[in-house]
Amino acid sequence: MISVPRNDMSVVGRWWWTVDRWSLGTVLLIMAAGVMLTLAASPPAAERIGADSFHFVRRQLVFLPLALTIMLSISLAPPRLVRRLALLVFAGGLVALAATLVMGTEIKGARRWISLPGFGTLQPSEFVKPSLAVISAWLFAQKKLNPRFPGYLLATLLFSTVLGLLMMQPDLGMALVVSAVWAGQFFLAGLPIWLAGLGGGLAVAGLVGAYMTFSHVQHRIDRFLDPDAGDNYQVNTALEAFMNGGLFGRGPGEGTVKAQLPDAHTDFIMAVAGEEFGLIACLVVLLLFAFVTLRSMSRIASDTSLFIMLAAAGLVIQFGLQAFVNIASTVQLIPAKGMTLPFISYGGSSAIAMAVTVGMMLALTRERAGLGESA
Amino acid sequence: MIGELFRRRDASEDFPPRDVHQRLAAKKLPGRDALEIARTRLTVGAVLFTVLFAAVAVRMTYISLLRDDSEPGLARAAHPSQLRAERADIVDRNGVVLATSLPVVSLFASPQLVLDVEEAAQKVSRVLPDIPADEIRDKLTSGRSFVWIKRGMSPREHAAIMRLGLPGFEFQNEERRIYPQGALAPHILGYTGIDNVGLAGVEKRFDESLRQGEALVLSIDLRLQRFVEQELARAIQRFSAIGATAAVMDVASGELLALASLPAYDPNVHKTISNEALFNRATLGVYEQGSTFKIFNTAMVLDTGRFTTASVFDASAPLKIDRFTINDFHGQHRPLTVAEVFKYSSNIGSAKMALEVGVEGQRAFFEKLGMLAPVQVELPEVAQPLYPRHWRKINTVTIAFGHGMSVTPLHVVTGTAAVVNGGIYYPPTLVRRTAKGHAEAGRRVISPRTSQQMRDLLRLVVAEGTGRNADVPGYEVGGKTGTAEKPGRHGYRDKALISSFVGVFPMRDPKYVIMVSMDEPKGIKETGGYATGGAVAAPSVRAIIERIVTLYGIQPVDPMAAAKYLAALPPPPSPATPAASAPAPTPAAPQQRPSGTAAAAPPTLSQLVEAATGNAAVPKPPAPGGR
Repeated sequence: MISVPRNDMSVVGRWWWTVDRWSLGTVLLIMAAGVMLTLAASPPAAERIGADSFHFVRRQLVFLPLALTIMLSISLAPPRLVRRLALLVFAGGLVALAATLVMGTEIKGARRWISLPGFGTLQPSEFVKPSLAVISAWLFAQKKLNPRFPGYLLATLLFSTVLGLLMMQPDLGMALVVSAVWAGQFFLAGLPIWLAGLGGGLAVAGLVGAYMTFSHVQHRIDRFLDPDAGDNYQVNTALEAFMNGGLFGRGPGEGTVKAQLPDAHTDFIMAVAGEEFGLIACLVVLLLFAFVTLRSMSRIASDTSLFIMLAAAGLVIQFGLQAFVNIASTVQLIPAKGMTLPFISYGGSSAIAMAVTVGMMLALTRERAGLGESA
Repeated sequence: MIGELFRRRDASEDFPPRDVHQRLAAKKLPGRDALEIARTRLTVGAVLFTVLFAAVAVRMTYISLLRDDSEPGLARAAHPSQLRAERADIVDRNGVVLATSLPVVSLFASPQLVLDVEEAAQKVSRVLPDIPADEIRDKLTSGRSFVWIKRGMSPREHAAIMRLGLPGFEFQNEERRIYPQGALAPHILGYTGIDNVGLAGVEKRFDESLRQGEALVLSIDLRLQRFVEQELARAIQRFSAIGATAAVMDVASGELLALASLPAYDPNVHKTISNEALFNRATLGVYEQGSTFKIFNTAMVLDTGRFTTASVFDASAPLKIDRFTINDFHGQHRPLTVAEVFKYSSNIGSAKMALEVGVEGQRAFFEKLGMLAPVQVELPEVAQPLYPRHWRKINTVTIAFGHGMSVTPLHVVTGTAAVVNGGIYYPPTLVRRTAKGHAEAGRRVISPRTSQQMRDLLRLVVAEGTGRNADVPGYEVGGKTGTAEKPGRHGYRDKALISSFVGVFPMRDPKYVIMVSMDEPKGIKETGGYATGGAVAAPSVRAIIERIVTLYGIQPVDPMAAAKYLAALPPPPSPATPAASAPAPTPAAPQQRPSGTAAAAPPTLSQLVEAATGNAAVPKPPAPGGR
């Protein structure tokens, strides 16, 4: 272990003593698990697209160090800088998000990606998601500190804009996460209970509306409610994978479902983990996510700045929710919803956006002397 | 656990809710109330998350350990890749099955479920004697969770294994590819691997559609294919050649009725076959073709419109280009007309004709005839022709008589079809062509007038020139011989020839192009020791033409001549070919051959000329840059 003296007041020295080292360490463990699982799950997918077996592994090994660098750099930033960074990323992200509607690359019937030469495809909504949380938090906090500031109005405006753009892509999963995070922040910011209830009601109405409007959502939910109704192929195969794996798994490389699941290296990577590494390993991974989520929440709870509290809470909710939705979909606890597992699913855009999210989260959960944003 | 996570690390931050101190602080710090609300509500969130994650953990444990196998809903929905239709048949143009799939059962084991490895290995090995017990034991103890024991068992073996009733052994329904014709047309069909994936030939080229259950109808006529292969086998035996290839093409469509390459193999047992036998000479073997190239050279010159068959070129003296001297070994030593150049296969004349067209014109013409690219047939095994990267004058001269450029036999067949069919180039095809596909495929390469002139010249070669051995009286056979020395390490090898003949008939309205090419044939007494195209390949072309005529009932153009020819043949039943009396591939001994043909005659003019072009014409070493 590098020894950094307590009184080292350099940027890195201060960072080391104030950052949440437990969460940081856990995130690094998650990344390591991600490399292992990509190694196990991606070769059949790579062979399907005609690339060599370790095509995705190699790419992920390029993305992850990049993500790590971004995450650590951002975690060095003081809250004020985090806010400004969020504003910058949000502005850029929003423009790019709007651009997907015009010049987006269409994949599987949705325009969510923008092609960048030399990088591949980029999903702007991944970057809008964390930056919106930080900006909303600031607006909510300003409203509390200065009741005349139109914080709620502005936050609602921004949220509606993003939500509208997401629905136009359409990207329902992303819209759900963004809504959940925003609503969660609003709730923390002191939304009256009756309004919260009303909001919950509206959300349910919105879901029912989506069920009525989007045929693919309807299919997914129908299939979830009645597994025999139709093609449940991915989910059934995933369940079978867990059953095959049992407690200790079949052993690395011995799995068979990865050859059958099209999304084995992305959305359904936990199924491969279940088959090859077993239940215990899966529970450990789940525990790592739960640990980061709950521990970060506990640190937030003792903070004294409403902005930091709301912003960090938004980011943590996003991180935890994404992990939950991904794993819960795989084990058929909730209807299948395509969502990546942070730092584990293959994907450059997702890894880097998640690095921005967790980087900002770590920056905000650092211990600070004094109150407010003085650090 | 949650409580501990929420433990406040700093006592100074702890404000008990009802403390007066806190109210005071709240006044100093706006939003202090809000902080308290947020803190409480955050706890709600944390509890919610804990419940969610716990639910996932419970669900995960349930499906991993407790879920019953037989629970409904688990029935695996078939993935498209598993819903594989049976691999479709390949049939010839008349519907005769060339490749088909049979359902078979394969045996695999899940070693963890095997109770007694030793017992299982002994028992299974007793039932499947071709698999030693040691091998089975090794597989069962390899630590893998899935091992194949035997692919494609017979029904008897299947039943015997069933009776053993061993746990851990299971069956998988598979299919096995069968080639009922055995070693016929293997280079066209190719073969499949153990997983029924096409690895060569049309099996590979049409792998996707065959797997989707689409039957493949080839242009091949199996009856003709069989005869052509037998005829080649006979010729190889007779002339002690190392290999041979032949093709029959319908000139009006580019359809190949037969395409043979010997030595061949049986695709049912392709794994044990030598590379030599797997090699498809017709599409992969690029050779210098020799004088058959004069067909294209002459067509090129005539198609300029500046020359006629009566135009004269001086072949009286050897032609000197750079350091090389082009000779006609037994040349006529006089000015020759274009027709005579073709008939006597004069290298000097051909070279001078090519020079009139020039380097660029020649290159463009050969490109138009498809000679500079792999032949566009439906096989993965096609070779890129070899031609000079820097096409100079000396290259133009040697290419005029078929040296300094190497193409496959199928290139020659396809080019010849285009020259004689009125001037339309059809890419060769192994798939029966529909009328629509046919109309789209063709493109004009020479004028109908040039094509007409070429027909006359080709007929001339067989009637009076080097190709008499191919003649079938009454059917107006035309053609061109070709004899090329194979290049060795030190220049050309005298005794190693590629001897070929390209035949066309009937010349009045050509229907078929037939090419036979022999690899390193040796001269025999009947041919006067010559192994030239006219001596060793032309008789096989004649035999094939005779077979085509009987097979398709083609009427002679000149019935009188045909009748006379038939009358001269010895009595045996088959009117057309001696081969018909010997259907087995065993080659007929040379002395049993009918005596009425020219094969047994002393060397004729044609053979002498052929020998001349073969031996002396070639500059040694080959034209620079040619390979």
